[in-house]
Amino acid sequence: MKEPALLEAIGVAKHYPVKKGLLFARQVGAVRAVDGVSFALHRGETLALVGESGCGKSTTARLVMRLIEPSSGDVIFKGENVTNVGGAKLRALRRHLQIVFQDPYASLNPRLTVADAIAEPMTVHGIGDAASRRERVQELLRLTGLRPFHADRYPHEFSGGQRQRIGIARALAVEPEVVVCDEPVSALDVSIQAQVVNLLGDLQQRLGLSYLFIAHDLAVVKHVADRVAVMYLGRIVEVAAKHELFSNPRHPYTRALLAAIPRPDPSRRGSVTPLGGDLPSPLAVPPGCRFHTRCPVAQAKCKELDPPLREIAPGHTAACHFAEDLPRFNAEADGGVAPVAQLRLAAYAAARAARAPAVVPAG
Amino acid sequence: MSMSDSLLRIEDLRTVFRSSNGDIAAVDGVTLEVPRGKTLGIVGESGCGKSMLSLSIMGLVPRPGRIAQGRVLLEEQDLASLSPAGMRAVRGAEIAMIFQEPMTSLNPVHSIGDQLTEAMRAHDAKASKAELKERAIEALRRVRIPSPERRFSEYPHQLSGGMRQRVMIAMALSCKPRLLIADEPTTALDVTVQAQILDLLRDLQAETGMSVILITHDLGVVAEMADEVAVMYAGRVVERGTAKDIFEDPQHPYTIGLLGSIPRIEEDRDRLLSIDGSVPPPFAFPKGCRFNPRCPFAIRACTEIDPPLRELSPGHRAACIRAPVELALDIAA
Repeated sequence: MKEPALLEAIGVAKHYPVKKGLLFARQVGAVRAVDGVSFALHRGETLALVGESGCGKSTTARLVMRLIEPSSGDVIFKGENVTNVGGAKLRALRRHLQIVFQDPYASLNPRLTVADAIAEPMTVHGIGDAASRRERVQELLRLTGLRPFHADRYPHEFSGGQRQRIGIARALAVEPEVVVCDEPVSALDVSIQAQVVNLLGDLQQRLGLSYLFIAHDLAVVKHVADRVAVMYLGRIVEVAAKHELFSNPRHPYTRALLAAIPRPDPSRRGSVTPLGGDLPSPLAVPPGCRFHTRCPVAQAKCKELDPPLREIAPGHTAACHFAEDLPRFNAEADGGVAPVAQLRLAAYAAARAARAPAVVPAG
Repeated sequence: MSMSDSLLRIEDLRTVFRSSNGDIAAVDGVTLEVPRGKTLGIVGESGCGKSMLSLSIMGLVPRPGRIAQGRVLLEEQDLASLSPAGMRAVRGAEIAMIFQEPMTSLNPVHSIGDQLTEAMRAHDAKASKAELKERAIEALRRVRIPSPERRFSEYPHQLSGGMRQRVMIAMALSCKPRLLIADEPTTALDVTVQAQILDLLRDLQAETGMSVILITHDLGVVAEMADEVAVMYAGRVVERGTAKDIFEDPQHPYTIGLLGSIPRIEEDRDRLLSIDGSVPPPFAFPKGCRFNPRCPFAIRACTEIDPPLRELSPGHRAACIRAPVELALDIAA
């Protein structure tokens, strides 16, 4: 990509000291939550950060938003190093970086009406006057598939899907360039999840947003991301364009993640292969490659040498000594929907489209 | 399915909660069979009544809820009519249950061993302490917990989420139940840990021959585990059949919409099919078919007739007057 990155992380790390003793507490170790992460988010794209709990994906997102302070590394926004900016400059930065949280039940203030919750970021950033904000709230409600009269209601009156729409409207209120979506659909039911995934896609197209999409569900990522970065134990282990990552993963952990997903297809039963062992504690990161304790193809070298994230094909990086030697693996191959089911899905989509104008899609 | 093939039969079960506007039915006329030695998957979204159904089977419906109608037959015995003491003897020994949250299901102030032996002692008062300990360690070994002797004296916080769920499974299986109810057993777990737990459940079922009711919202997990599937919506079963029936020949529009809503790894659509609107709460179920306001195939009759489950092919039933939709819409197959 020729254009410089919109948002960039260079070797960002967050170590939390672990102390022992009461009066003369001394540091006995460190939780390496994020341990040297670099990536670039380009304008208009969706970069997904995926990994299992404790891999540091949410911490990484909060670091690049400057919600927590990195222990080392740099955050670059539009070519400017913003790692240490403060005060008015930090506030200005935050206007461009907004976040949608995972839990729509916990992330909205129960005592604010929807209109107040959506208008709050504009008040904080001193945008517009009361009248123009009211107007903007109405515009945002329409944009996110909610109704005008929802403005005066309180969060408890809404379902999870609707609350997530409110959260999205609030994030968009100050016209950000980057929206960090921290597991925005994982608390929602599947049918509602699809509504919100579709909404995020529509909004990106209309507003030219860039998404940093944090997720643990690779199937969801498959439908929203342009590029995918896989994290394990505080590090990025593989980055590739979406199609490349699913059809030709080059890190054993990425493969393990893909192989563990149960497919909605009973004819493929038994193809799920579990990964052995437990995730090591970030307090005691294994030496060498941090995945070697669970890796099915680990060799002696992996216990000693920490493999760097290196380019193995244009736009495809992986942190594995043997990335090129792994056999073929394609998670996109075969499967899919049975013919009769396909026919009914098509009929459903057609019937739904035919009556769409009458229905407001809000959950 | 003939009657003798099933271990558990639920007949026209209705579980209600009293309110100022009369009884609200969370489970409303559910009939199901659980095949012997097999897995019945119950799928549905939040609020469909699937968890209340499992609590009804266990006799654990929270007050002021109660079973207002129907029978829960374990072999010949109607569990719905048992006294609390009679039900206590069945729970654990005949039917056991594991829950979604392995973090909150274990008591943080007691060791793993104490909690395991407590469950065993409840059903076997005569066993000695040493005997129980031995049995508990064996139970931990069966769910493939590494170094079970050490884990026996550890506390829940020292275990990972996957290990805790293994302990819950060990506890549930300690009295060799004939039926295991697993309510979203892997929802709180990471995908690689989920794969381990599903693998374990499958092996344990093959070893013991127990029947399993697997309650989940995850269609991938259902396809992986279930022999028979029931799809629930708004307190009712709207479609039943084998896993193959449900995934390859979905008949109810809700099932079709659900299958369209799941993102699939092997596909890459611009937009997911979604179901408009959301699940209505039990006090506001619509008239006629409960899915009609969200259904793209709904016609006037759907707002008037409450469709019963009808058989579309042997063993495959759907509660929809429009099924199969390609015939109703005159689309060539």
